[in-house]
Amino acid sequence: MLRLDALTKTYKTGDQALKAVTVDVPPGQVIALIGPSGAGKSTLIRCINRLVEPTSGSVMLEDINLTSLKPGALRRERRRMGMIFQEYALVERLTVMENVLSGRLGYVGFWRSVTRRFPQKDVDEAFRLLDRVGLLHMADKRADQLSGGQRQRVGICRALIQDPALLLVDEPTASLDPKTSRQIMRLICELCAERGLAAIINIHDVALAQMFVARVIGLRFGEVVYDGGPDGLTPDKLTEIYGEEDWEATIEKVDDDADTTIEAAE
Amino acid sequence: MPVLETANGAEWRLRNQREALTRWAAWLVGVVIFLWCWARISDATTWFFVWDAPRIAGDILDRATPPRWSYMDNLWLPIWDTLNIATLGTIGALILAVPVAFLAARNTTPSALFVRPIALLIIVSTRSINSLIWALLLIAIIGPGVFAGIIAIAIRSIGFCAKLLYEAIEEIDQTQVEAITATGASRWQVMVYGIVPQIMPAFAGISVFRWDINIRESTVLGLVGAGGIGLQLQASLNTLAWPQVSLILLVILAAVVLSEWVSAKVRGAII
Repeated sequence: MLRLDALTKTYKTGDQALKAVTVDVPPGQVIALIGPSGAGKSTLIRCINRLVEPTSGSVMLEDINLTSLKPGALRRERRRMGMIFQEYALVERLTVMENVLSGRLGYVGFWRSVTRRFPQKDVDEAFRLLDRVGLLHMADKRADQLSGGQRQRVGICRALIQDPALLLVDEPTASLDPKTSRQIMRLICELCAERGLAAIINIHDVALAQMFVARVIGLRFGEVVYDGGPDGLTPDKLTEIYGEEDWEATIEKVDDDADTTIEAAE
Repeated sequence: MPVLETANGAEWRLRNQREALTRWAAWLVGVVIFLWCWARISDATTWFFVWDAPRIAGDILDRATPPRWSYMDNLWLPIWDTLNIATLGTIGALILAVPVAFLAARNTTPSALFVRPIALLIIVSTRSINSLIWALLLIAIIGPGVFAGIIAIAIRSIGFCAKLLYEAIEEIDQTQVEAITATGASRWQVMVYGIVPQIMPAFAGISVFRWDINIRESTVLGLVGAGGIGLQLQASLNTLAWPQVSLILLVILAAVVLSEWVSAKVRGAII
């Protein structure tokens, strides 16, 4: 469904953030993208919807080559890619409802968006999504009155109301506490499963990634060094991705986490 | 080195000897220049007038009190004109300053190479000329009166408002803009949803602040014939009608206090 082919990004400073990255994402698959800071995870995600212009290579969304699109066509394709951000990136001074509805901007004309007259269908969908993430009672609050976890839920609603085929998720849990992090990851993965969405999730927390996703891609210095199931992340592999460190604790923690999740579920 | 090794251990001073001497010499040069300037100014001053100043000032104060309260009837219209010049001038300035600010801000300008320098030039040139001088120019062009005053205030304020506004635009949180862009919104929608909400508080603060300043500026515009209470001030000064002058000054003071109060209230409400 999404195919990155030899995607390369070289910044003006000469830093090569991505070196010919090739990844194939089948429909409905959720992928965790792990790697140390500066490995190019954020750049990779932003090259897909061209918030960052890739230097070379191609990004195929179904049969459309995103890298060669003109601005107008690019905007139309961006509507099919929902994005969720690390610091939530809500417009702080707008209400929760306005933030959610801003996901529909690509479908609504300029004056209707200025006067906030969104189609009733979109408003209904916004209420439904807010209800789904448990924030219906917050619809009229300003975004800066919400807690971190609540904001990220609004961010998720904004991405989903686009009715996307693909979610691009950039460090969704980096600003959240451990419990909220899990809730948010669980919510994202559940919603992807419900709607059959493919997703690429940048994440620092290896244990969290292993808990929720079926496929992990390890990035190091802009190159894919691991691509496989979460169980294949042995200490050797983690050393290859992140560098020398004692990984037993991290991997053991995964088991503990898995147990507690199962207990909680029961 | 400020750290000196002595028999009693390391000693620390802020400056070493050479730096201390240099500073001392710099101070000496500064004092000498100051004294020399003082002597020059003293030579060029007619000290008789200066010694006489308290007596003259006292004399004027004496003639100016009590203010001629009955003159107030002639002041209602001019002070109303003054408030209108300030308010309409500020509104006009804001209408022109907003596009200039968006063209000047590094993150919204369509072209950093061509458009931005032009926008910056507008900001610098309108700011660098005093509103009295703008008024003089405009009176020559469109004739004396309130309208010239409004335009003078508007032009003078463009630079101020646009400069503060474009700095606010450059300081916005770019990830909010990214998020709106990522939804597939058009350029204008990104502006309305991603940028405008972030700069609204700054915009409101700047408008009220500039309106407050413009009230002061518009009180003197009449001195050159551009309408408002300054016209009465000019006339009263020319005829040495000191009781009227003191009343006008009181009225101006009241207007300024009022505008201070309003702008403090509005700014308090925004934050």
